[in-house]
Amino acid sequence: MAGKSSSNGKSRWSAGVTPYAEMGYWEPDYEPKPTDILCAFRFVPQEGVEAIEAAAAIAGESSTATWTVVWTDRLTAHEHYQAKCYRVVPVPGTDQFICYIAYDLDLFEEGSIANLTSSIIGNVFGFKALKSLRLEDMRIPPHYTKTFQGPAHGIVMEREYLNKYGRPLLGATTKPKLGLSARIYGRVVYEALKGGLDFVKDDENINSQPFMRWRDRFLFCMEAVNKAQAATGEIKGHYLNVTAGTMEDMYERAEFAKEIGSVIVMIDLTIGYTAIQSMAKWCRKHGVILHLHRAGHSTYTRQKTHGVSFRVISKWMRLAGVDHIHAGTVVGKLEGDPATTKGYYQTLRDDKVAADPSLGLYFEQDWASMPAVMPVASGGIHAGQMHQLLHLLGEDVVLQFGGGTIGHPDGIADGATANRVAVEAMIQARNAGRDYLNEGPEILAAAAKWSPSLRKALEIWKDITFNFESTDVPDAVVTPTV
Amino acid sequence: MRITQGTFSYLPDFTYEQIREQVQYCLDNDWPVSIEYTDDPHPRNVYWEMWGLPMFEAKDAAAVMLEVNGCRKAHPHLYVRISGYDRRLGRQTTAISFLVQRPPHEPGFRLARQEGADRQIRYTTLSYATDRPSGERYGPDRT
Repeated sequence: MAGKSSSNGKSRWSAGVTPYAEMGYWEPDYEPKPTDILCAFRFVPQEGVEAIEAAAAIAGESSTATWTVVWTDRLTAHEHYQAKCYRVVPVPGTDQFICYIAYDLDLFEEGSIANLTSSIIGNVFGFKALKSLRLEDMRIPPHYTKTFQGPAHGIVMEREYLNKYGRPLLGATTKPKLGLSARIYGRVVYEALKGGLDFVKDDENINSQPFMRWRDRFLFCMEAVNKAQAATGEIKGHYLNVTAGTMEDMYERAEFAKEIGSVIVMIDLTIGYTAIQSMAKWCRKHGVILHLHRAGHSTYTRQKTHGVSFRVISKWMRLAGVDHIHAGTVVGKLEGDPATTKGYYQTLRDDKVAADPSLGLYFEQDWASMPAVMPVASGGIHAGQMHQLLHLLGEDVVLQFGGGTIGHPDGIADGATANRVAVEAMIQARNAGRDYLNEGPEILAAAAKWSPSLRKALEIWKDITFNFESTDVPDAVVTPTV
Repeated sequence: MRITQGTFSYLPDFTYEQIREQVQYCLDNDWPVSIEYTDDPHPRNVYWEMWGLPMFEAKDAAAVMLEVNGCRKAHPHLYVRISGYDRRLGRQTTAISFLVQRPPHEPGFRLARQEGADRQIRYTTLSYATDRPSGERYGPDRT
């Protein structure tokens, strides 16, 4: 390449500005190596910028390049370190393109999400030659995966800790999320767990405010957890949110949660990748399950023309080592196209995930036996949707009914019981070979005959749905089969 | 009280036919079925007594049901559960586990609180039944 000339007859090493595509960042014949990290970016070039040049610029700006030729490149094996864009395809019916870029493994530090992301989404999103940019997907090879701890425990170990098998786990977020005193907050936890939920949860913004300091909350919640455990003979948990301003504070809160016997702690995505990895390490060491709330993610995951897809965040979080992550409900109140959400769930739970454009999965992904992350479905779901939830989300999921538990007219424990009866009835029917998706309403109605808690829940929420169009949907439209 | 361990504890106790359906589901998934019993229902009592080995060769739920009934007959006053085990790579764990018999009377659990400094409390869940020696916890010999 050293002697190669560019379109304007200028040598690769002449001082000045050379198109990125002519500096080695566009290699249409490149065959990705099994060890390469691959990325798919969706982008819109500025007027007058060729798609290929824009794509090469993305490769350049997310790896070795700067805006002008530098002679110091000649002191390195630059061909090795340059990211290579090897394919650019237009998205039909739009001004968008998808480019595929390969990065050599040597570009990244082992076991560091911070380093990986500082490269790949570090500078390039502000690049002026692009109107918009979005990281759609990433193939992470086993060679890199194996440098990460992965989930502190994973789905299998979590179920064995909790002694709960064969059905979705049930949870609820304490409501109202802000303003309750610690003592009353613990009351909500006790009622919900006694009524039949497996978990109750702090909300993302419950940390240590003037109305309820963390230590008081932790003590009252553990009273509730233990009392419910004795009342039911079943293991119970409450996600104690240890999110705080510094790592030192988080460790202090997590240590205390462990000391008073909590099986699980919780963090928010807002604490940052390195803090998440640190907490995952702490949780592995101390046998505490780690729940992650994806607070803030929609600021960069929701719009199709900007940011980072949630399927990429899912991959980073599996590497970083969380045991739970909120991943969408499809039928609830928050964004979630069914196909796209299915893609997230596969990414979090399966060991070998095939590329599938209809699910928004651009690459195959081999997790090389890294434990799975339990997806959490939360936000505007209720017992009357149980057949749809089971069909869409499967069995290895935490279904969180916050309003759908606490809003029950006969009280929180009845709300919890309604959800538990509904899920067990649906699992029983599915296992017995019934067409539970189509017969779901009848299955629930039959259970409601003997369960007054479920009957009330079905009556009050029977017509509640959230049918809005999703923003983030796969480009590929599957032709329905007749 | 009614302990709520297992996949189906919030449903009314299963009939013979309802248990058979769930066993058949296990066999259809290639999950060998195990039968276990205990007189210690503490939520963290992991190892219940095995009623024979997991039934690796069973293809028909009726054969499993004979064993279920055998166990229930031998231990009419104890907890009996059925589990299906998934040996697939990446799982290698229990796939489903549910109670098929309870003692006629379930006395439940006492929550012991050991009060310490700084408002901390050490909690222990104690089964009333296990205050008595094994073999005298449930059933007619318990007066």
